[in-house]
Amino acid sequence: MPKFTIDGNEYEAQAGQTIIQVAQENGIDIPHFCWHPALSVAGNCRMCLVEVEKTPKLQIACGTIVTEGMVVKTLSETATKGREDVMEFLLINHPLDCPICDEAGQCKLQDYAFDHSRGESRFVEEKNHKDKRMPLGPQILFDGERCISCSRCIRFAEEVAHQPVLTFVHRGDHVTINAVPAESFDNNMSMNVIDICPVGALTSRDFRFKARVWDMSFTDSVCPGCSRGCSTRIGVRNNEILRTEPRNNPNVNSYWMCDYGRVEMYPAVNEGRIDGPRMKDAAGKQQATDYDTAARVTAETLKKYHKDEVLILGSAAVPVEDNYAMLKLAREHFGKQTIPFISHIVGEDDRLLLKADKTPNSMGATLAGCVADGHYPHVHGEKAAHTTVLELLRSRKIKAVFALGDNFLTDPQLLEAFEHVEFFACHAANETITSRRADVVFSISHWAERDGVFVNFEGWAQSLNPAVTTNYQVRGRDQLNMSRLDRFGSPYDKWARGHKRDAREGWHFVQLVSNQLGSKWHYLHTEQLFEEIAATNPEFKGMSYESLGSLGQPIASKHSMVKEPIYQEVYQETGAPLMGSGN
Amino acid sequence: MGYNTKYNNPSTNRKLTLWEKLYLPEVIRGLLTTFKHIFRPKFTRQYPEERWDPPASFRGRPVLVMEENGSERCVACGLCSRVCPPLAIEVRASETEQLKERYPVVFEINMLRCIFCGFCEEVCPEEAIIMSKDYELVFRDPSEGIFGKDKLLVPKAELKERLDFLAEMRN
Ligand code: SF4
Ligand code: SF4
Ligand code: SF4
Ligand code: SF4
Ligand code: FES
Repeated sequence: MPKFTIDGNEYEAQAGQTIIQVAQENGIDIPHFCWHPALSVAGNCRMCLVEVEKTPKLQIACGTIVTEGMVVKTLSETATKGREDVMEFLLINHPLDCPICDEAGQCKLQDYAFDHSRGESRFVEEKNHKDKRMPLGPQILFDGERCISCSRCIRFAEEVAHQPVLTFVHRGDHVTINAVPAESFDNNMSMNVIDICPVGALTSRDFRFKARVWDMSFTDSVCPGCSRGCSTRIGVRNNEILRTEPRNNPNVNSYWMCDYGRVEMYPAVNEGRIDGPRMKDAAGKQQATDYDTAARVTAETLKKYHKDEVLILGSAAVPVEDNYAMLKLAREHFGKQTIPFISHIVGEDDRLLLKADKTPNSMGATLAGCVADGHYPHVHGEKAAHTTVLELLRSRKIKAVFALGDNFLTDPQLLEAFEHVEFFACHAANETITSRRADVVFSISHWAERDGVFVNFEGWAQSLNPAVTTNYQVRGRDQLNMSRLDRFGSPYDKWARGHKRDAREGWHFVQLVSNQLGSKWHYLHTEQLFEEIAATNPEFKGMSYESLGSLGQPIASKHSMVKEPIYQEVYQETGAPLMGSGN
Repeated sequence: MGYNTKYNNPSTNRKLTLWEKLYLPEVIRGLLTTFKHIFRPKFTRQYPEERWDPPASFRGRPVLVMEENGSERCVACGLCSRVCPPLAIEVRASETEQLKERYPVVFEINMLRCIFCGFCEEVCPEEAIIMSKDYELVFRDPSEGIFGKDKLLVPKAELKERLDFLAEMRN
């Protein structure tokens, strides 16, 4: 355990740690471009130069291993001058087109130019010109002029994505990045290079120019794409989600998220929504209605059937709280011990992040007391596995179905078996095949519009936060994050007129129906349900929204899986906007 | 009380002298001032028949510079929108095939919010938004006060005076 000093303060390092690692752990910011905590050390940007006593030259903090009694100076004149010189070299051929560049506002080069450079250039010659807007893969465009050749993207492709197709080409100041001939960087992790690129050289086709970083509000959330449940951050402007990006969570997703979760999940929140409850009229057409009528009709119709003729469905796509409420309703009024939910297993695990289970909360629904039902391969026309729900429906015993938000009728066999169902009430956020089949549709808030808890396949519980407002916003613990534009907009400003949908969290409707059936529930917000769950379910014992925080907690039986967060980061490594929300 | 009591409080009002209390002499004194001004040079202007051409330093409504090829100079960086104290500007960017790959699909200034501070002009890295000489702003409806690109884009040639002024001030 070598002891050494940085700027006069003594620190203790683990054997083999580099100066920058110890500095990061202790909250000292040593500027760096090429070093990334989750990648190998390249030592090629020279931004991390520090003075080490008894060595003739400045040393790189990312590649120098701490030894006993080492004396490191980061603020000395030589070190400062070293950094300034490196910045001057890096800026020689940089186009300085920040006004056009998407990275502006969260760019390391920009930040360091303020903190660690002289602020003027002695280079009057013509700058180098390189390829701009060059596609490296289906999602990524590369701007050669902005690249500072840190090689983070190359190392990511090789070490994390295991698709080593990116490489440096040419030499000297003509060096640039390219994909090896006839290859494209097209794997499902590719967009992470956009986050780790310290400058704006790699941009996302999905996001390009949609908004400036400082115009968006950023809210911590969880990806609903699969049972991994990556920690994410949602960027919102004018009540519309513009992008999602990963958040470092060592226990779930490290610094990464997959492209599928990044670009395919959020559009469902923006488009194709069900806006307000609906009910089929006598002619079989869905018409807008109000919540109380919808709940009354649902309750009255369900009452008409025998308990065994009613099927209540949970869902792995919605938080634990909704499943808990639905199960409570089923127990109180329909004499059921447990309710099934339909799992969505599609394809295979990718052995990096993406899981085959394409719902975020199978574990949570199971812990709440629901039972996973079969699996329905939607792909390749495979024969569906044998399941109880399908069997029940096929036996024509089931006459009425009440389901939580889940688009399960995409399965053709289930859809066919649904023909004999006389009454179907469901929760839905989007216009889907399931919502179109329903007699009563309750419009629910999406994951990005609500509070709630998802438990991932390993038993790691994380809480959601509302990032987008609905007409009926249940304010959780904190105020909703709002960007400056949202906060100060008036109804006369076009940019403050983002559409707010008429939607509520799923448990509201369960409560409305249950009270129509005779219960006396009085939940006011999601947190109350979670408190009740934490008090009654040993797996959630001692948990609260507060204790879950932004990184989540393991359920009781998985306590051994905790890994401590490795770095107290000074600069967030992935896409963290330094001037995100607020004024 | 919402007003300054010093001037409304009768106890602090000045007592009139006897001469003033006679009333007529004071009225005649006032009228004399009026007559005197009839023969002095006039400073008023017969607006709108007679218009004023402000100097180049004047800060009228902000406009966008339109290049010779008819496209805007603005690259939709959003800095003017960020700096604008009353949040009058909305910029939405998109991609173009031109060398500067970013352009504003939507650029709107809410002229009911604008306070003519000129910060947008000062912050713009492209010299794409500048203060014009236009001071005539009339709307019959609040929605007319939101100026889009159609009203904001002004050919570069018409803005020469201000652009020259800015170039001079910058050096
Ligand atoms: S593209 Fe970005 S990450 Fe890759 S070498 Fe260049 S600067 Fe580094
Ligand atoms: S791995 Fe799963 S949870 Fe993570 S980003 Fe992809 S879809 Fe979302
Ligand atoms: S002049 Fe001032 S108030 Fe008007 S648009 Fe520009 S920055 Fe905003
Ligand atoms: S500051 Fe200039 S370039 Fe940027 S958006 Fe405003 S007008 Fe356009
Ligand atoms: S961070 Fe150390 S050389 Fe790049």
